[in-house]
Amino acid sequence: MLRRTFIALAASAAAIMAAGAPAFAQDVIRLGASAPKSGPLAGGAAVTHWPNIQLWMKEVNDAGGLKVGDKQMKLELIEYDDKTNGEEAIKNIQRLATVDKVDFIVTPYSTGLNIATAPIIARYGYPHITTSAATDGVTEFAKRWPNSFWMLGTSSQLANGVVQALTKLKDAGAIGNKVALVNVADAFGLELVGAAKPAITAAGFEIVYESSYPLGTQDLAPVISGAKAAAPDAFVAFSYPGDTFALTEQAQVQGLEVGAFYTGVGTAFPAFAGRFKEAANGILGIGGVNSEDEAVKAYLAKHQEVTGATPDYWASATTYAGLQVLGQAIEKAGSLDKAAVVEAIRTGTFDTIIGQISMPENVNRNVWTVGQWDNGIFKAVAADGLPVAGDPVKKPAWQ
Amino acid sequence: MMGLTSQETKGLGLGALLIAIAALLPLFDDGFYLSISVNIVLYAALCTSWALFSGPTHYVSLATAAFYGLGTYSVGLGIEVLPYPLLLAIAAGVGAIMAGLVGAATLRISGVYFVIFTFGLAELVRQLVTWTQTKFSTAMGLYVFTEMTESHIYWMLLALTGVVFLTSFLIARSRLGFAMTVIGNDETVARHVGIDTARSKIILFMISGAFIAIAGAITAPRYIYIEPPSAFNPMISFLVVIMALLGGTKRLWGPLVGVIPFTIVMDFISSNFPNHTMIVVGLAFLAIVYLIPHGVTGLLEDMQARWKKRAAPVVEEKPA
Repeated sequence: MLRRTFIALAASAAAIMAAGAPAFAQDVIRLGASAPKSGPLAGGAAVTHWPNIQLWMKEVNDAGGLKVGDKQMKLELIEYDDKTNGEEAIKNIQRLATVDKVDFIVTPYSTGLNIATAPIIARYGYPHITTSAATDGVTEFAKRWPNSFWMLGTSSQLANGVVQALTKLKDAGAIGNKVALVNVADAFGLELVGAAKPAITAAGFEIVYESSYPLGTQDLAPVISGAKAAAPDAFVAFSYPGDTFALTEQAQVQGLEVGAFYTGVGTAFPAFAGRFKEAANGILGIGGVNSEDEAVKAYLAKHQEVTGATPDYWASATTYAGLQVLGQAIEKAGSLDKAAVVEAIRTGTFDTIIGQISMPENVNRNVWTVGQWDNGIFKAVAADGLPVAGDPVKKPAWQ
Repeated sequence: MMGLTSQETKGLGLGALLIAIAALLPLFDDGFYLSISVNIVLYAALCTSWALFSGPTHYVSLATAAFYGLGTYSVGLGIEVLPYPLLLAIAAGVGAIMAGLVGAATLRISGVYFVIFTFGLAELVRQLVTWTQTKFSTAMGLYVFTEMTESHIYWMLLALTGVVFLTSFLIARSRLGFAMTVIGNDETVARHVGIDTARSKIILFMISGAFIAIAGAITAPRYIYIEPPSAFNPMISFLVVIMALLGGTKRLWGPLVGVIPFTIVMDFISSNFPNHTMIVVGLAFLAIVYLIPHGVTGLLEDMQARWKKRAAPVVEEKPA
């Protein structure tokens, strides 16, 4: 009986596969994508990464495809799950490059997976436009892999953004000069806190409380009570999604009243506003978009309409913009030649939803760095080289 | 000293031949097939190292990720200052020391307690490494930039697998191996006949841990960016156990016949059902447990026995 059930299952699986095999067509650009669909980063990728690929491809295909030379070519996607695992990611890229022989490869998701796959992508000469990697190594990476482009900014930029926002609040008289500084003890948190500390002191703030906690810590109550005891005017945490939610929750429960409350990755997720509702108002976090900009407004509306979900207010827009750069560069190059497209990206200026982008040294320097929740929208309040949606405001008391 | 039987000589020769053939692979393909082969050889090395200890003792260890991560971190922390081969040796040393300490503390507990402890160990080591890095190291992210290509990593892992096999083979023939067989069958009896069970188990655990750490150290240049979640990924521990049990741990080559089909089936599933991988993997697990309960080795031995039975009567029933 069991045996027969499994045979039936296997047969139906085979049937699904046969039906799903893509039709071979000459006038199609084949894109490959490998990113988490399972594993620790699957949740993030499901919000930030995959929907934007879906949205962009639909837009391009509805418009008749990309104009390559004198041909209109539609897009076709081959997608793999990297299981949030470097070994899998490398294998997937190899499969895309040597078995599927795709024309272009969409960036993997997260700093670690982008760096792990960079040498393989470079070896096959594909343009590699990263939109979810934020680290200070970008200049070095761009030199090492000339086909790679880095669009999400650097840790120093993100850390300096926090100082910019705090300084504005202090100058406006909204907060005093006492800062509590907390970070998750992994590469991301260390890099940001390393860049932020000297900048905070240089801007005339006093660090009254400092603490770090290991990645995956469940109970962050001691961190918040420690910070509360130091009576800071501003609370800054370079945190990851799990801890971002936990810290905010604890601050609310314990009534940590500060004029500026900043948390790291995850603050920009729509789920954050969904979880904290009214209490989210005034919370600062990493990322943000210029929600006053028409292109961004149109993007947010289309994302909701096509994918049925709200994008996150940080890397989502960058991910979409990265795909726009790829599409426009293919049209500029007028061919599917990878080297020509890489050259087109390096030398061109691209009109994207996050503004005009040019990457002469393979790095995009114009990024939003800090956002603030304002009635369901995470508005950019600090940026490098880009207009913001407004100035940061003092956080109201917890509700 | 050796006194090999002809079957053992044949086995060794066959093993050497297979490794030699496998070593030629990068000459034919340096794309996808090399990549998947690297994964296969990596897990072959890990599973064989794991079975080295867990096979004879029946102690299911979930500490693979702890040793693997230690190896990866040894290279990540030291690559800027020390030559790579030395780092491999350091990784082996660190793995062995960790296994020794853990073994001394825990090998007196057994059954499910040991399983849970070893699972917790990976998390503990991860936190210790992160803490040490935060307190004492100025390096922010750890990068391992080398000139090594996938072919080099493949060859190194293949060599490691060969060494693990040879070690297992030699241990099985030694006093230690004999002691392990007795312990695996009945620990009380082993103690009564004068075997220092704790010492034997610790030594074997150290050898196993050292090999797993070396595998991690060899793979570090492939990750380039070393971070705790990938180095101490608990999935590694689980996959190793699943693959080794699929193959069967009674034979030296058991884990190997688990690793190869498992990796290929997993790859087939994840490339054909990218959106439903976990569901299909779950079904595949159920199928494996129901259809091949004794592992691939059991299946092969069954088939061999059936073939012999079928072959025998034919000889007898010759027409007169």
